[in-house]
Amino acid sequence: MDEIIREKIKHVKKGDQSAFEDVVFLFQNKIYQHCFRMLGNRQEAEDIAQEAFIRAYVNIDSFDERRKFSTWLYRIATNLTIDRIRKRKPDYYLDAEIKGTEGLNMYSQLPDEQRLPGEEVENMELQRYIHQEISELPPKYRSIIILRYLEDFSLKEISDILDIPLGTVKTRIHRGREALRKKLRHV
Amino acid sequence: MSCNNKEARELMHQYLDGGLPTEEENKLRLHLEDCEACQQHFHELKRTITLIQSAESVTAPEGFTANVMNNLPAEKKRMKYMRWFKAHPVITAAAIFFILMVGGMLSMWNQNTELVVSKEEDLVIDGDTVIVPPDVVVEGDLVVRNGDLIISGTVEGNVTIINGELIDDPLENETLMASVGEINGEIKQVDRAFEWMWYQIKNFFRSLFTF
Repeated sequence: MDEIIREKIKHVKKGDQSAFEDVVFLFQNKIYQHCFRMLGNRQEAEDIAQEAFIRAYVNIDSFDERRKFSTWLYRIATNLTIDRIRKRKPDYYLDAEIKGTEGLNMYSQLPDEQRLPGEEVENMELQRYIHQEISELPPKYRSIIILRYLEDFSLKEISDILDIPLGTVKTRIHRGREALRKKLRHV
Repeated sequence: MSCNNKEARELMHQYLDGGLPTEEENKLRLHLEDCEACQQHFHELKRTITLIQSAESVTAPEGFTANVMNNLPAEKKRMKYMRWFKAHPVITAAAIFFILMVGGMLSMWNQNTELVVSKEEDLVIDGDTVIVPPDVVVEGDLVVRNGDLIISGTVEGNVTIINGELIDDPLENETLMASVGEINGEIKQVDRAFEWMWYQIKNFFRSLFTF
């Protein structure tokens, strides 16, 4: 996989757009999912993931081929999501939770077209609840928890992606785990 | 039921990060056997991780890749040309040389719009026209630039007219055929940029050889 990506990036640097198309295809789910977990909103996730790929393409000449492309791409995506969270306007999204309700979002205000079988609903709700709790963490903890437990990066890789010292990654992951433990202990 | 053993908490996290030496691990295990609060805490942490990992997964919307490709900036086309130039240095150098040469020649051509005559003694200049009067004999070559020339007298050498014409004096032509001017050398008339360029090049080579 790494070898394939390395080859593709060489071609992209030479100006081969179709090689970049392959790169986007290979990473689209990972990057979109990462953005979705960071932002908790599909529309924003799509915008930011798209922006991340475009930035990667425009700046491909500044990518050092001796390093891992995925690390570089995740860094671009993470920085973009954090920027977006900072600039967020108080808009209303269907995915967003309605204030004063527990786990209710705008989707639940829409008429249901189809009821899922009970168990699946329960499972879906738990997953959504967990997702909700993760996306309520402050971004600096959120990014690390997501990268570590949902995207399986090592602590060293996370320190590369976020460009922060390993010690800081450890401190933040400890705090993030403690914060989530408090929120999820009663589930 | 609580335990204020900060060290134990620290060890738990180190354990979860996978960087706990065996010695420390034994220490943690011994503590957990004794302390129910820490046991509970440790269990909750591990369970939290399992729960996080079960979070819902999503996939990119359809047509995502195509969307990205459609939104790639157009300015990269310039980069494409740059890459092409880098890949073909000889053609690029030749093209640049050609452009500079033509440009230089044209700008020289356009700069000289004033009337220039190589010799002015005994010649009459009337606006843009240079006249060699009937009694005058010009010894040597005559060059007129950016003007017409009427010869009623005699020119011993070559005549070159750049960006102008040799005009036969209409009056004298009609009435007195005898007094038409005389040129004892070659007549050269150059009135187009290309011809002028050719003239320059020929001159350049001529001076090269005579040198």
